[in-house]
Amino acid sequence: MSLDSFLSKAVSSWMNDEGPAGDIVLTSRVRLARNLQDTPFPTVFSEEKGQIVLSRIEQLVQKTSNSHVPLEFLELEKLQPIEKNVLVEKHLISPHLVEESRKGGCLLSEDESVSIMINEEDHLRIQCLVPGLQLNVALNMANQIDDWLESHLEYAYDEQLGYLTSCPTNVGTGLRASVMMHLPALVLTQQMNRMIPSINQLGLVVRGIYGEGSEAQGNIFQISNQTTLGKSEEDIISDLTSVVQQMIAQERVAREALVQRSGIQLEDRVFRSYGVLTQARVMESKEAAQKLSDLRLGIDLGYIKHINRTILNELMILTQPYFLQQFAGKPLKPTERDFRRASLIRERLQMEKQES
Amino acid sequence: MICQECHERPATLHLTKVIGGEKTEVHLCEHCAQEKGEWVLHQEDFGFSFHQLLSGLLQGNTGFQESSHPLQPGKESQKVCSGCGMTYTTFKHKGKFGCATCYETFRQEFPPIVKRLHGGNTQHHGKIPKRSGESLQRKKQVALLKEDMQTAISREEFEHAAEIRDRIRSMESFSPPPDERGKE
Repeated sequence: MSLDSFLSKAVSSWMNDEGPAGDIVLTSRVRLARNLQDTPFPTVFSEEKGQIVLSRIEQLVQKTSNSHVPLEFLELEKLQPIEKNVLVEKHLISPHLVEESRKGGCLLSEDESVSIMINEEDHLRIQCLVPGLQLNVALNMANQIDDWLESHLEYAYDEQLGYLTSCPTNVGTGLRASVMMHLPALVLTQQMNRMIPSINQLGLVVRGIYGEGSEAQGNIFQISNQTTLGKSEEDIISDLTSVVQQMIAQERVAREALVQRSGIQLEDRVFRSYGVLTQARVMESKEAAQKLSDLRLGIDLGYIKHINRTILNELMILTQPYFLQQFAGKPLKPTERDFRRASLIRERLQMEKQES
Repeated sequence: MICQECHERPATLHLTKVIGGEKTEVHLCEHCAQEKGEWVLHQEDFGFSFHQLLSGLLQGNTGFQESSHPLQPGKESQKVCSGCGMTYTTFKHKGKFGCATCYETFRQEFPPIVKRLHGGNTQHHGKIPKRSGESLQRKKQVALLKEDMQTAISREEFEHAAEIRDRIRSMESFSPPPDERGKE
């Protein structure tokens, strides 16, 4: 398969689009956890009960058209391991759904902005993903789908506690709103480590989205709300948005300061990374993430002009292990992956040159 | 610093938990930390087991939390959820409920947990499901009207009581369309 046609299938629309504050915020995501009344939660239910839930949702999608987005039904058991993990790498489904769920399923919209996991930790997890900082748009989408589902299903709901969920950490709104941000200047100036504790104090969680533990590969961080009970959905989202806006402002200030104080060093770093990306023959994912982050920063600052800045969104995902294997059409050893990763990046950057 | 659990080995692991604004510091040796499951946070790379931490939070007997923990182990362990057979002990272990009925079953034990997890909040202020929310509201109204009716009867205002009875009947037999809901 050529890279061109692979890309046309592999790239979700959010990777190519830029939303508000698109220079710093990659995506906004909203997730609503919902459960059915009178059916045990997926954490304890029998396979039989799981099948009933799965079939019920499948029928619902086939029989009743929801007026917002057409959804495709996927049954996890019928997917190949690589296919499942590619969905995980695109953040459309969770590792939990692949590894631990029984009778798991997924409803996907064609542009992949909507994915509804079935029988993950909760019966339903409605997720909406949009580019840039626009959590309210994502919430509206999720609410519409939620209303449509609720008009056909009996939800587990309690007047005092709100939507009942398998884990008590999600009870209430069942809402997790998260924003994916690229914050290279805050990391370079070592401000990020100082900011994280204060953000935590506001009831928000910061974590690296790629990489292991607290380390954030490619300087990409995810900020999300921790508590789900006591505040309305709108309040949760506006509180998160205001913190994110402050972080955007901080990042912009830090970028400006870097350019002023050590512009030439920064420019050098950007072009060195660009050189590595276009020339290297073997590339580990950690190195790729770091160099791509530098490249993106260089594009944002205007050092590099002929490359679209959405390249970071796209290549961060496409260079993940299972994506590389899907492109290769076969399982790959880690060393083979590093080789393939380098060549995919080279080829992709070559395409940018031709386009301009 | 000596491990606060075994009081023998030096503490190599220092944890600070901030839950609902309350700060707890824990100093453990590697051995005791591993036994407690707190260690998981550092050991497992990516999907660090949040639920291990949560279940740690739910266990009343972790030593350093005893004083602030209002749960009474003897009482709670006997309850079994009629919906899925979950016991409180299993819930504490797993950190997850088995079904919607669990929330009813463990309602007494629940508020302290919820408070700790959600920054002191115990009341939902968000979305109400459109369809079932309507029937919930109707149920509430019917209950209120029934109370009114009883008061009317006790005051021997039978005509008024009959009026209320008719309203209850009509509310129980049909669902008002959304545009009429606001008028009531």
